Amino acid sequence: MPTVSMTVNGKQMSGDVESRTLLAQFIRETLDLTGTHIGCDTSQCGACVVHVNGDSVKSCTMLALEADGADVTTIEGLAQDGDDLHPMQEAFRDNHGLQCGFCTPGMVMSAIDLVKTNPNPSEHEIREWLEGNICRCTGYHNIVKSIAAGAAAMRGEKAAAE
Amino acid sequence: MYDFSYHTPSTVADAAAAMSGAEDGKILAGGQTLLPTMKQRLASPSDLVSLRGCRDLVGIASDGSTVTIGAMTTHGAVAASADVKAAIPALAALAGGIGDPQVRNRGTIGGSLANNDPAADYPAAVLGLGATVVTTKRELAAEDFFQGLFETALEEDEIITAIRFPVPKSAAYVKFDNPASRYALVGVFVAHTSGGIRVAVTGAGQDGVFRADGIEAQISAGQTPDSSSIDEGGLNTDIHASAAYRKHLIGVMAKRAAAAAS
Repeated sequence: MPTVSMTVNGKQMSGDVESRTLLAQFIRETLDLTGTHIGCDTSQCGACVVHVNGDSVKSCTMLALEADGADVTTIEGLAQDGDDLHPMQEAFRDNHGLQCGFCTPGMVMSAIDLVKTNPNPSEHEIREWLEGNICRCTGYHNIVKSIAAGAAAMRGEKAAAE
Repeated sequence: MYDFSYHTPSTVADAAAAMSGAEDGKILAGGQTLLPTMKQRLASPSDLVSLRGCRDLVGIASDGSTVTIGAMTTHGAVAASADVKAAIPALAALAGGIGDPQVRNRGTIGGSLANNDPAADYPAAVLGLGATVVTTKRELAAEDFFQGLFETALEEDEIITAIRFPVPKSAAYVKFDNPASRYALVGVFVAHTSGGIRVAVTGAGQDGVFRADGIEAQISAGQTPDSSSIDEGGLNTDIHASAAYRKHLIGVMAKRAAAAAS
């Protein structure tokens, strides 16, 4: 069985996997980091979005072996110190950006990647960016509001939505 | 997904050798089509030869007359490239409209072309711009590369290394996309090149991407293009659209692309 090693949330991790093991499976089943969700398993829904070397990807559509040596961040890696949430997580809480919460990890990881290249996205740009993230509660309005507020917080401004 | 042997060569020559030695090998580029296909067990290769270690396949170079894109360059990198935006903005825009941001962060130009999905976007740019597909064995003109539905001129152990796009005077790509998949129901690429007007249509043809010479003639003559020259018998009918509807869309997309490229 091949061995795969990667940095996950700042820690060196490795494990034996089958060649066909998906990154999402490795994260959830080998590393027990179950914040990364598998919704559709067909790269449509985006619940499984994680960052690989800083870019958001669908971890259900990437082999674990393809991430060998990579720097991976999952939703668990955002809040480094106990109760201090990442500003984007905080914004989702403040703006009621979730209903059932299943899609939320992917939404948050995707949103942070958006803000990386576009620190001040318009509402339209946020909605376009969320092409690959589906919320089956259809709570998009507050998700978009949360991302705008999270982006403002990441720019160091007071949340605009308040 | 059935299991397979996984290989990570660090040169494209080693990748080709690994393919030659495999019983039923497949090249793994970004995996955004191949992995879903394998999950559905529509493909079950004995070996996957990953190109992720072949770093010289990644990158974009522009010299004013040609833009060369390495086969393992992601759609996201092409969409964000200052060189591509400056030389062929239509190509950057096309790349930025494929799938969704996460798919664009993994999917590659070489993978898309080697797969030759009849509804993919890149074939329209490659044929519309008259690009050259560079492989481990030869250089192929776009016209010779695309051979029908999911068919290309590539041999089993032949790997795309780069695509060379001649810089047009102007170009535009307009698609009517499937709202779920973002694949083109119909996409039309119009380019004003040194050799004249070129128009390529994706998403519609039963044999994949094709040049629409009737529309090329209309635009060359300064007319507003329409789809009267398109043979409906050669177009797809599926759950998403009838051939008649696709024919109508070719006219509408061609009109918009011609206006945007003029």
